[in-house]
Amino acid sequence: MPKLPLEGVRILDMTVVWAGTYCATLLADLGAEVIRIESIQKMQPITRGSMAHPSKASIEGLQPFVGGMPGREPGKRPWNRYPLFNAHGRNKLSMTVDLLRPDGMDIFKKLVKISDGFVENNVTETMDKLGISYEMLKEHRPEIIMLRMPAYGNSGPYKNYRSLGVHMEGVIGHTLLRGYLDLGPSVSTNVYGADAAGGVQGAFAVLAALHYRNRTGKGQLIELAQAENMVPYLGQFFMDYAMNGRNSSTRGNRHSAAIQGCYQCQGDDRWVNITIATNEQWKAFCRVAQMEGTAEDEKFVSPESRYSHHDEIDSLISTWTANQDHYEIMKILQLVGVAAGPVMDQRDALSDPHLLERGMFEEASQEDVGTHMYTGAPYKMSETPIKIRRGPVQVGQDNEYVYKTLLQTSDDEYTRLEQEGHIGMDYGDHVP
Amino acid sequence: MQDQALADVRVLDLTHYISGPYCTKLLADYGADVLKVERPKSGDGSRRMGPFPKDEPDPEKSGLFLHLNTNKKSFTLDLKSADAKDIVLRLVETVDIVVESFRPGTMESLGIGYEALKSAKPDIVLTSVSNFGQTGPYRDYMLTDAMAYGMGGEMYSTGIADREPVKLGENVVLYQAGAVASVATMGALFASRLQAIGQHVDVSIMETQVGSIDRRMSMLLAYQYNGEITRRTSASVGFGYPTGVFLCANGYIQINGGGNYFQRVVNMMDNPPELDDPTWYEPESQFNSDLADIFKAYFIPWCLERTKSEIWQAAQEAGVLTGTLNTIEELIEDQHFIQREAFADVEHPKAGRLMQPGRPFIMSESPWSIRSPAPLLGQHTDEILTSLGYHADEVARLHKEGVV
Repeated sequence: MPKLPLEGVRILDMTVVWAGTYCATLLADLGAEVIRIESIQKMQPITRGSMAHPSKASIEGLQPFVGGMPGREPGKRPWNRYPLFNAHGRNKLSMTVDLLRPDGMDIFKKLVKISDGFVENNVTETMDKLGISYEMLKEHRPEIIMLRMPAYGNSGPYKNYRSLGVHMEGVIGHTLLRGYLDLGPSVSTNVYGADAAGGVQGAFAVLAALHYRNRTGKGQLIELAQAENMVPYLGQFFMDYAMNGRNSSTRGNRHSAAIQGCYQCQGDDRWVNITIATNEQWKAFCRVAQMEGTAEDEKFVSPESRYSHHDEIDSLISTWTANQDHYEIMKILQLVGVAAGPVMDQRDALSDPHLLERGMFEEASQEDVGTHMYTGAPYKMSETPIKIRRGPVQVGQDNEYVYKTLLQTSDDEYTRLEQEGHIGMDYGDHVP
Repeated sequence: MQDQALADVRVLDLTHYISGPYCTKLLADYGADVLKVERPKSGDGSRRMGPFPKDEPDPEKSGLFLHLNTNKKSFTLDLKSADAKDIVLRLVETVDIVVESFRPGTMESLGIGYEALKSAKPDIVLTSVSNFGQTGPYRDYMLTDAMAYGMGGEMYSTGIADREPVKLGENVVLYQAGAVASVATMGALFASRLQAIGQHVDVSIMETQVGSIDRRMSMLLAYQYNGEITRRTSASVGFGYPTGVFLCANGYIQINGGGNYFQRVVNMMDNPPELDDPTWYEPESQFNSDLADIFKAYFIPWCLERTKSEIWQAAQEAGVLTGTLNTIEELIEDQHFIQREAFADVEHPKAGRLMQPGRPFIMSESPWSIRSPAPLLGQHTDEILTSLGYHADEVARLHKEGVV
């Protein structure tokens, strides 16, 4: 049986919220031993919940992904029951230490000595205050790879600006390039494409650096400014400005050349995306929708003439889709070569025959939430299959392994560190 | 120049359009030698997509192509010709990785499926980037970026309640798929180099959205936990206030100031006496819509009286999560990004000197760099054939017969 690609690589993980944690997930998926360094003295906002001990009432009004702990109950350890964290918490380890105390920092340094990588995505000044820098890590482990993922970079006027992904996307232009055609950005939904981009390209960066280290023996510092990192995703808009000085704005659900929209279907809040580009596709669509007469209408004979009657075509399409099932539309249109697919809510996705056949969801357990289906790796490998090897990690779940096995901490010392609040699996009542 | 991270990696690139080329661009920009196979005469479809200077189509000046194919070599080859299989297999012996983005089954029908590549080179990595993956009932379906987001990602909950779901900026999800493919490909390269194991990596564009940290995995899990469907609401519902996009004197600002951050918002506003009452600071008040309305009556005019950069700065001083909504022009002209040299200046023989998106991340020892602009169609064909040992007369025959 082959080993996983990153078996034997140890990564220290001080990531928060989403971009950094997703990077760590992707490295853990590939077999790296990713150790989250957490503190039971301070709750990092958003990462494992907005507070350590939320009341039932305080999570009631929250959206499911932040308030939807099992049974809508905070439970004994709410921080281990938070969907926003648990969704990416697979395959990782967790240890606790309070880095704000000198003996905590000594423990950290011992970990650095035996690790290959360190990843974090905090505001630049957070690491500065802790005294953690590439120079410091290198002193303890010369060949270490450090990945820093600040919002805007470790230099420049926005160096310490605090942001979630959604704010960075505003700054680099994505927010004005999405959203409804007929409504301003005020109704914009918070999306986190920058977190997805940062997480994935952060993992690629660490892999590239590990590859380089395997060849040369040298470690290095990687700086991934999350805002900059996503700019290539807007390439065509960037190039249009560079070439023509043109600023694009949102197209809503429309395409630049084909007929495209998201149309309402039969049932409660059901929708389908349809794209009709060529004359053949237009004819095929009209045949399926029993609108043969319309297919021949002169207004609609070419892609250009259809595009100039987009609104009219949208209403024809909607009239047909309104009485059809969103999955059925996909099946019958794909059969005749027209791109169509349902907008899947969460229930649809979890029972989708294609995703189930390909094993996208895997069962995993964790003591504080029980057993559920979790989303697995976003790709498949034939010889080193990537699986969920363990469920979402609990705070401090691997303290024994990290302290006793890796750091050779004596039982007495371990007990002292427990008593002093470094080691534990619970946030004290004093932690907000 | 410093050694690049992937300088010892060679890639045969059989991809086109966006997702596959973005994967191989990441490899190329960090040092890999990428040989891109294009169809003779027409080339990669993105050469026809634009944007073009002055909107005049020219396959050597497509902005999308120029962006996605930096540092690659272009080799024209008719994969359906009799000679193609031999040329590809001879090339495969010289590379570590093959990346392709044909419809599933195409590689096999061309005689260059995974088994054939593996016979030529046992530890080869083959990464296939496709709409829905190499197996499963949707395998042969067509896909658009809207569909990828609608079927795979969180489109369902993106938008407002009484309107249709709305997608992201054009092609953003296709780039994400390419980036995921680069991670999977690097993972496979490790297994190949360290354990001499070749393998087939199957990247489904749809699944790169299902497994995305952009809300989808969390919302799928929340459904598992409580059977709750996440629907479309306005940004401010369920996060406390002020959350969302607000109009200001010269544009828009995005603020997440709800919940624990509310006190910081009040500080940002210089602590108006109207917000002194302790009721404001009880956690449950954040979900009280009457209080939300009263707050908005102070907050909206406060924003309108200030420019977006004034608000951004005040917010940062108070520790409030914010960002301005910029156009691409404002991004390119922003002093922060200029000081950091975030964008690249690329000279292309046909398109001239153009600003292009720059490095996604900075590596201190093995830097990102543009060694060469996107290639002209077939620019490196002869060079590559010669390196494979083809003689001048054979090269001439291949040209004459339209193979290359």
